[in-house]
Amino acid sequence: MQMINNEKVKKRILRRLASNKFFKWLFIAATGLALLTLAVLLIRIVTQGASSLDWNFMTSFASRRAEDAGIKSAFVGTIWLMVVTAPIAFTLGVGTAIYLEEYAKKGKFTSLIQMNIANLAGVPSIVFGLLGLTIFVRELGLGRSVLAGGLTMSLLILPIIVVASQEAIRAVPGHLREGSFAMGATKWQTIIRIVIPSALPGILTGNILALSRAVGETAPLIMIGALTYIAFLPENLMSQFTVMPIQIFNWTGRPQEAFQAVAAAGIIVLMIMLIIMNSIAVYIRNKFTKRY
Amino acid sequence: MSSKTVREMIEENKSSKTNFRGVTEKVMPKFLLLCAIISVLTTFGIVFTLIFETFNFFSKVSFLEFITSPDWYPMHSNASFGIRPLILGTLTIAAIAILVALPLGLAAAIFLSEYASDRMRRIVKPVLEVLAGVPTIVYGFFALTFVTPLLQNIIPGLSIYNALSPGIVVGVMIIPMIASLSEDAMSAVPNAIREGAYAMGATKFEVAIKVVFPAALSGIIASIVLAISRAIGETMIVTVAGGANPTSAIDITNAIQTMTAYIVQISLGDAGYGTTAYYSIYAVGMTLFVFTLIMNLAAYFISRKFREVY
Amino acid sequence: MTSPTKEETVFNVENLNLWYGNTHALKNINMDIARNQVTAIIGPSGCGKSTFIKTLNRMVEMVPSVNISGTINYHGQGIFESKYMVEELRTRVGMVFQKPNPFPKSIYENVAYGPRIHGIKKKQDLDAIVEKSLKGAAIWDEVKDRLDENAYGLSGGQQQRICIARCLAIEPDVILMDEPTSALDPISTLKVEELVRELKKDYTIVIVTHNMQQAARISDRTAFFLNGEVIEMSDTDKLFSTPEDKRTEDYITGRFG
Repeated sequence: MQMINNEKVKKRILRRLASNKFFKWLFIAATGLALLTLAVLLIRIVTQGASSLDWNFMTSFASRRAEDAGIKSAFVGTIWLMVVTAPIAFTLGVGTAIYLEEYAKKGKFTSLIQMNIANLAGVPSIVFGLLGLTIFVRELGLGRSVLAGGLTMSLLILPIIVVASQEAIRAVPGHLREGSFAMGATKWQTIIRIVIPSALPGILTGNILALSRAVGETAPLIMIGALTYIAFLPENLMSQFTVMPIQIFNWTGRPQEAFQAVAAAGIIVLMIMLIIMNSIAVYIRNKFTKRY
Repeated sequence: MSSKTVREMIEENKSSKTNFRGVTEKVMPKFLLLCAIISVLTTFGIVFTLIFETFNFFSKVSFLEFITSPDWYPMHSNASFGIRPLILGTLTIAAIAILVALPLGLAAAIFLSEYASDRMRRIVKPVLEVLAGVPTIVYGFFALTFVTPLLQNIIPGLSIYNALSPGIVVGVMIIPMIASLSEDAMSAVPNAIREGAYAMGATKFEVAIKVVFPAALSGIIASIVLAISRAIGETMIVTVAGGANPTSAIDITNAIQTMTAYIVQISLGDAGYGTTAYYSIYAVGMTLFVFTLIMNLAAYFISRKFREVY
Repeated sequence: MTSPTKEETVFNVENLNLWYGNTHALKNINMDIARNQVTAIIGPSGCGKSTFIKTLNRMVEMVPSVNISGTINYHGQGIFESKYMVEELRTRVGMVFQKPNPFPKSIYENVAYGPRIHGIKKKQDLDAIVEKSLKGAAIWDEVKDRLDENAYGLSGGQQQRICIARCLAIEPDVILMDEPTSALDPISTLKVEELVRELKKDYTIVIVTHNMQQAARISDRTAFFLNGEVIEMSDTDKLFSTPEDKRTEDYITGRFG
């Protein structure tokens, strides 16, 4: 007796192949839809903002009138924020990663730190804003300054940097460390002369991507009180400031139609900056990927 | 070369340098440990800040009112602080977002992991991830000035500020999270398992759905949980396009308010320092933090479990 | 000074036992390693020969959960004594690994690495050391025009000789070699073997090899390891011609391993 009816199997195969094909196209369509959304978003913003984007826009302060409004103070504020955030976040993040990968012994304490970092990565950015407002602005009395903003942003992007740096350090093959130790190098010499240089492309990529996250953030800086309307540039770490996302937020909220174009122009500037940062990161990653 | 041998030079340097090297060797691990501890302190800082200021809030408003009152009127002369409307607003956004992101994200993940060629995956995946890198304020602007007017053509009664439009856009934002992390989980399924199924005559679709998907399930679930957590914590999109209308009578075509949007509204200057409304942002922040913490921990443990499978 | 009649002992190993967790990897090893000789360690895979030479410069301690008992004296000093600095030991006892492991730096920087970490900074000193070491490792002529190029651009055999030059740069006393030719082609292997014969004039060499012909070609004394024990150790000629132990004979005649 034959358990399998070949006729039936054949018919079923045709049906199965048809559904295989159908779903393949469905999956492609879904992926395409997501990519299409990105394209629409970008095109839309460029068409909305291009007319307002000129040299005047880059060199003017905020204004009540849409045609005079510019992004100068916000652009400079963003640069200031990056300059404050980058070294703090880099030191803390890479330091933590080195500690976890090279020094920490497997145990409760280490896995606690590791879990803590995974969790921090998922804490909403606005909660970091609450932390910054309470600790830096009020308790430490830094006020609504660039410094307070930079410290808050450093903590916000810390987990991203730690995780990326850890991965980069972990990817350095053990035989390089052995080679160094066998020369009589101490642990720190091995780390600073062999491990870090080898992991540096990965670490830098992670740091730039994290920094670009900070550049695009709005909510935590609203919390700590970066102003939405300022017509001056920061002079020192304790100066008040605004950043591009906040300026864009402010323009978006204006009822006049004309400000939408201004907001879109601001978005173009912000996005170009992010694209440049990301391109640098990708370039470093591709260029310096090491063969061991 | 000087007349000394290398050995002599090394010995010479050693006697003069030992101290310095010894000190670096001892100090650096401590400094690095300190860096690591700062990340832990950040968590403590968040928790204690929230607890402390929330405590201040509950000295003015009863906890019972916070969890049972159906109304959130913080600025009213007869103020009422019931968190329910804000939670409902938040969950509405998260629900719409996940309805958008789940099918699209999973479909993209299956496509990338099972169907796409290597070349295709290397191009599409990073482009998809760009969606996650777009600043949220840009999404907010897009929701308000493009998606909402578009939806108004379809749903005539849609108000300018509504839950639907930011919900959809938050969904778009979290697509790459689901797609990317699920794709990682599915790619980690060993090929031997796939080959076993192909050898039985299974089609690609059957292998993807009946073999790979279940094998990667915990990783996929973790990605979804993380995405929901992200949607709950999302701030700018809902602030810009969702309105400021805390209500328990949720209607997705009308304005709502999420926990995050409320915190922004207050810190933009609607309430002075020390007022009850000011402290309320900490109570709301605490609620938000607890929501996301539970989900993040869940995702962490689910994905850790999944790593142990193979 | 070494007199031709009496050999000076560099390493003196007494009752050495080593465990990886619960695995007893080295069992009661006793051995003397003499100055300016090539000592070969042979034996089947997993017999503990690599573990043994990594114990001589304490690299084995990088493996977690390793436990050691017994003593190893290096020029009469116990290397496991707490006051003995492991970095000090490793500057005197260099090592060449199984797989060439140059650093991802230029050829020059690879060789200058050792002198630099030990505080030699002057450019002219470093230049001289690099040249001398590369000549010592018989690779100077091949690389002298491209010292600034990344060491990864070299062939496997050249990389291994760069690693030897790196090791020579700090003028060690002993060079440990852990199957240094196992990842190399026959021609590169030959070059490294010639080099070892050359180096023995100035250095004490301990070499692990799974290749018995290699041991016979280059070593003065040979130790045969089996399951973590030293079965037999004697002059190479004697060990290969008239082994005392049946197991040694079985191994060198290819009956197992």
